[in-house]
Amino acid sequence: MTNWVKRTMFILLSALVLTSLATAQQGTTTSIPGALSSIHLVSPVPDGEWTLPAGDYANTRYSPLDQINTKNVNNLKIIGTMSTGIPHGHEGQPLVVNGTMYVVTPFPNYLIALDLTKPGFPMKWKYEPRPDPRSQGIACCDTVNRGASYGDGKIVYATLDNHIVAVDAKTGIEVWRTLVGDINIGETTTGAPLIVKNVVITGDAGGELGVRGKVVGLDLKTGKELWTAYSTGPDKDVLIGPNFKPFYKKDQGKDLGVSSFPPDGWKLGGGTVWGWISYDPETDLIFYGTGNPGVWNPDLRPGDNKWGITIFARKPETGEAVWAYQIVPHDAWDYDEIMENIPVDMEWQGKMRKLLIHPGRTGFVFVLDRETGELLSAEKFQPVNWAKGYDLKTGLPDVDPAKVTHTNVIARQVCPSSTGAKEFVPSALSPRTGYLYIPAHNTCMDHEGIEANYIAGTPFLGSSTTMYPGPGGYQGELVAWDLATEKQVWGVKDDKFPLYSGVLATGGDLVFYGTMEGWFRAVDAHSGAVLWQMKLGSGIVGDPITFKGADGKQYVAIYSGIGGWMGAAAFPSLSLDDPYAALGITGAMKGIKQYTGPGDMLYVFGL
Amino acid sequence: MSSAFRVVAFTVALFAADLAWASPPDLWVCADGNNLPYSNSQGQGFENRLAEMVAHDLGRNLKYVWWPASPTLAHKIFRRGACDTVMGVPSNGDELVTATQPYYRSSYVFVSRRDRNVGVDSFDDPSLHTLRIGLHVVDDGFTPAAQELALRGITHNIVAYSIFGNLGRQNPSAELIRAVARGDVDVSIAWGPLAGYFAHQSSVPLKLTPICAASLRTALPVEFAISMGVRRGESDLLQQLNSEIAQRRSQIHDLLVSYGVPLLPSDPTPSTCK
Repeated sequence: MTNWVKRTMFILLSALVLTSLATAQQGTTTSIPGALSSIHLVSPVPDGEWTLPAGDYANTRYSPLDQINTKNVNNLKIIGTMSTGIPHGHEGQPLVVNGTMYVVTPFPNYLIALDLTKPGFPMKWKYEPRPDPRSQGIACCDTVNRGASYGDGKIVYATLDNHIVAVDAKTGIEVWRTLVGDINIGETTTGAPLIVKNVVITGDAGGELGVRGKVVGLDLKTGKELWTAYSTGPDKDVLIGPNFKPFYKKDQGKDLGVSSFPPDGWKLGGGTVWGWISYDPETDLIFYGTGNPGVWNPDLRPGDNKWGITIFARKPETGEAVWAYQIVPHDAWDYDEIMENIPVDMEWQGKMRKLLIHPGRTGFVFVLDRETGELLSAEKFQPVNWAKGYDLKTGLPDVDPAKVTHTNVIARQVCPSSTGAKEFVPSALSPRTGYLYIPAHNTCMDHEGIEANYIAGTPFLGSSTTMYPGPGGYQGELVAWDLATEKQVWGVKDDKFPLYSGVLATGGDLVFYGTMEGWFRAVDAHSGAVLWQMKLGSGIVGDPITFKGADGKQYVAIYSGIGGWMGAAAFPSLSLDDPYAALGITGAMKGIKQYTGPGDMLYVFGL
Repeated sequence: MSSAFRVVAFTVALFAADLAWASPPDLWVCADGNNLPYSNSQGQGFENRLAEMVAHDLGRNLKYVWWPASPTLAHKIFRRGACDTVMGVPSNGDELVTATQPYYRSSYVFVSRRDRNVGVDSFDDPSLHTLRIGLHVVDDGFTPAAQELALRGITHNIVAYSIFGNLGRQNPSAELIRAVARGDVDVSIAWGPLAGYFAHQSSVPLKLTPICAASLRTALPVEFAISMGVRRGESDLLQQLNSEIAQRRSQIHDLLVSYGVPLLPSDPTPSTCK
């Protein structure tokens, strides 16, 4: 076959797959005006509704809506607001389906339906799942929730106490609920499920308590469990079978999820999956990253500790693993890599390739071949010194031994800090610019000394960690990363705090994001010029979305309610005098209370 | 109890105290509801007994805020202003808790079955390379033993038990001691009060051997002094608790002994290994 024929067939096949999906999914389009010819998005994107956490299957967070654009965004104003009444971290994003907006709150995880067809967006109903209050004491980092998915007439999301609930989108009546985890062993569920075909896919949280990470597939119709894929343990538990073909030798072998730990270590092995799950209709694969291996103290777990800090590719209907790539063997820094994985077809060194883009907590933008798991590139997008780079032949990082943290050993100026060069908050990719817009952090840390803690009646020791701004002195930066040249094109720096908000890119060549101080911004997708901004009531840790109202007009929505791991520093009586409070992050969050306080608001903007 | 209810209850308690000016406010104690020998919601732990003694002597009504243990327990409960005191904190305190004078000192110990004749008292004992060793682990925290063992390359025969265990079971952190009795591990290295209490309860006779501090290669302590804790700046209550500890020293000692807590003298004296 000639290249031309191959290319054409590829496009035709993609189009077929996309057409069938497009008919199944409302409010989306495959037509993307102005897209670069070198980029092809693999999932239909939202151009009216917002039915999945990221808007599309591929975690692109791009909408071609362009009524609000670089020329008129300066006229953007508040159209509607709502208070959820729960002043905790409002992570994630609402959904918009069929003229209704659905808001999932932090614990106690209400689902609130708002009528977008009426002025003031009145409430239609509120569903209360009543999760076990003990789950608040078990969740590590505030009592957050990262949103819902819509499918088959149901809104599906997780409660903090590990129930997945499906609620009738019209009536607010619960259709099913399934328990997928156990708070008694420290497990909680905070991530947004992704619905692929008839499967609800969701992961767990609680790695800091030694929980064994996993992803579960449930039947969308009934809630019945279809499969569970653990992140540690024997191959049969990890759903590794004959079709598992990892690219690198280091990831090949039998039962590595057992043998890469001390005996039984995998039972408290971590690798939780609390971030974003994406899906590629072309290869019929889901992708997600796992968290750090447990327990944290690396000296006690010699070995690679698989499959902590690993990207998995699996079949959505069976959970079967197709490939895995461990980004960091034997983590010593708490670099959870649960960040978004964006499948996209792009020109790569002269030919179209099926890529997977993963902007990582480790400070690298990883580019993989998503059919094989081969690492094609890893370039730094923020100051990084724990590793010099990646060897593409072995897939291994070139680690600086001086920056490896051991208990009882002082390691100073390790960059990035445990919060990473980026948190779970998701990037956006615009096919019109070819840029990935990354909400980045620039913090470093010192691991030094030992402090006594007291847990469950027992004196424990912990290494004290201090985090502070990295080189350059700024803490947050919206980075526009050109995927073609693998370089930063521009950045909008925030001196005071790391960015903890997701990003949205639109056909109006705007990029929306928020800051922990509470600024909600629209910047020019090409130049990074801040075209509009407004200070909201509380810091922003949620993700912006855009949709078309019943009146045919474009709107943008965002939560304002600081919280989460870092944002909890803004809560009333967490002491900021001590830089080790709240797992070491307050050093990076000093002064936050001067700038913002807890909030619980939904804001909707329009022209 | 939901958090909202607890906050309301707390507010009402303050309000009621203002109105009823003659009666002192309730004494709110944050405690784990399922964690003997320290505390449980039936009041059976030594921290429960201490709290009763303190409340009685201060002439205040004892009220509890129960919360399952969590790494951020202190942050969460103190942040919400839900309680006045906790009965057990390390005596060096931390960023949110001011510690009273210590009311006891104890040590990490080796726990084994009497019928196994495991004679370990130091990390240098060569048998530690082959015995199955039970340890508590959590998050980024670690017991001092973990680091001593890792330094000697002893990692492959360690069986890790989450300090929290399964919160759905009774006294979940005691799993580390039950594992010795069952024979799942040959020896566990555990904090003295837990080991002492559950060894005493065990139907299989167990032996406790304090860790010989002279064998330590790290500067990490295996002995700890324990205090009560109050919120920062609560100097009146701090003073009251300090004088309570001084006046009740012998009763507190007897109470701890009755719970099997291995006590060390308040002045640390260097020990020699066998």
